[in-house]
Amino acid sequence: MSVRRIMGIETEYGVSVPGKPHVNAMMASSQVVNAYAVEVLGDRQSRARWDYDEESPLRDARGYDQSRADADPSQLTDEDLGLANVILTNGARLYVDHAHPEYSTPEVTSPRDAVLWDKAGERVMAKAAKMAAALPGGFPLQLYKNNTDNKGASYGTHENYLLNRQTSFGDIVTALTPFFVSRQVITGAGRIGIGQDGGRSAFQLSQRADFFEVEVGLETTIKRPIINTRDEPHADPEQYRRLHVIVGDANLSEIATYLKMGTTALVLSALEAGVVADGLMPEHPIAALHAVSHDSDLGYRIELRDGRSLTAVQLQWEFFEQAEKHVSETMGLEPDEQTADVLRRWSDLLTALESDPMSLADQLDWVAKKALLDGYRRRDGLDWDSPRLELVDLQYSDVDPERGLAQRLQQRGRLQRITTDDEVGAAESYPPEDTRAWFRGECIRRYGDDVAAASWDSVIFDLADRAALQRVPTLDPFRGTRQHVGELLDRTETGADLVRALAAGA
Amino acid sequence: MGTQERPQRGSSSSSEEAEEQPPAGPSPAATERKEELDADVDEILDEIDDLLEENAEEFVRGFVQKGGQ
Repeated sequence: MSVRRIMGIETEYGVSVPGKPHVNAMMASSQVVNAYAVEVLGDRQSRARWDYDEESPLRDARGYDQSRADADPSQLTDEDLGLANVILTNGARLYVDHAHPEYSTPEVTSPRDAVLWDKAGERVMAKAAKMAAALPGGFPLQLYKNNTDNKGASYGTHENYLLNRQTSFGDIVTALTPFFVSRQVITGAGRIGIGQDGGRSAFQLSQRADFFEVEVGLETTIKRPIINTRDEPHADPEQYRRLHVIVGDANLSEIATYLKMGTTALVLSALEAGVVADGLMPEHPIAALHAVSHDSDLGYRIELRDGRSLTAVQLQWEFFEQAEKHVSETMGLEPDEQTADVLRRWSDLLTALESDPMSLADQLDWVAKKALLDGYRRRDGLDWDSPRLELVDLQYSDVDPERGLAQRLQQRGRLQRITTDDEVGAAESYPPEDTRAWFRGECIRRYGDDVAAASWDSVIFDLADRAALQRVPTLDPFRGTRQHVGELLDRTETGADLVRALAAGA
Repeated sequence: MGTQERPQRGSSSSSEEAEEQPPAGPSPAATERKEELDADVDEILDEIDDLLEENAEEFVRGFVQKGGQ
């Protein structure tokens, strides 16, 4: 068992046009996406569009489809509204979802790669905002990697993990509910404001926690559930299910994203092997999710169904010990490097959270943010309801390298990194080599003019010598890697050559 | 799963801890350490002061988003 599996992160960014409150958010988001697409991929006619054929957002992991008539309009994410929607050469998807620009990383196989292509997304957004402002008739706009406007609206950062189809859904709920309730002590991005509209001024660990109202469900925009049941594997459904995690925060800290993906992957591996921590289920999961987030002293004790009451950090220790035990039982003394690294960091973080949480200001978002806010309160005598503090909270997540406070902390070495600028720069242009994203991204990069559309599980060619569109399915996320098709792509000059070679069974 | 009773991870044994109990109230060393940390944070705040949007109240009020996923 290890941290390695197919995973990815989707992030909706906050968009603001300072001084122009009447600019339509959907339009501003479209400007952002289109500006980047034109600059990087060329004009609209020659650009590949997103292919919705294989999408089924109403597929429920519990085994049935919700009827379209019963669905909230915001759930119908497979209807092409003519909004900007493109595939990038790094295999990512950049588009407008609802009223936000969204970046979905390409499929990767490790937590570290998830960080790399997620950070590439921040760069895409920072550049896109500048490009949109420079367009004729454009205006300055600012993008935020956060999850709430503190006035009642929330927008998501979703993790996706590919799971073995055999994994029981009941076990997923049993294992992951206490895990998600407690992991906020590591993954929280920090927020001033309690309640969905931030009505009470105080600090809490998570941007998202207060927007969760039910334990299990299919919705993502209303009645948000801790365990989301959307089951669109974008892969062979006989073999895989997808775990769509909507309860996480948007992290700026690379360590936080790395641990978020890594620790969740470890819990899932144990789950696939049938190891389920029972007896950890909170008596009241939603209340516990909120209470843990509201207590930055980390002393809140969660009442469990088996009668015990544990702090969030103690619950995380339970999951850590289970993972450590399972890794040593299945991998012996030598787990792979990333698995060992995630376990070591996880244990170090929990130890520090027990003894001196503020010592993690250079590692975790909520601590880094709280250290800045505490500093302002002390130095300037500000209360939690000060607009200046709320501005610090907001500007922490600005993607602009000049204005963004997290970015500044990273540049100054005050927020640790696990990637380099060069690696992130490469990840903005190039796909990961070890998933089908390599085939998708390289097709866009090499044969972009011949690609009519693409999606997670297909690339569709529009070739001059064929009347019908040619669809290349990519249902297996482990095929289409550089190792698998690199040589083929290297020797084919055009999309037509590639399709011919594939048809001939290359 | 195991029980919830857990020794403090990563810390020394409880008997050692008892011997090392600091006297009540912050020691001079702790006060000095806090002052160092405050000075360190102040340095970041000075830099951030120049980055923050000018009219905080208006800027924060104007940040209104539509709901998403």
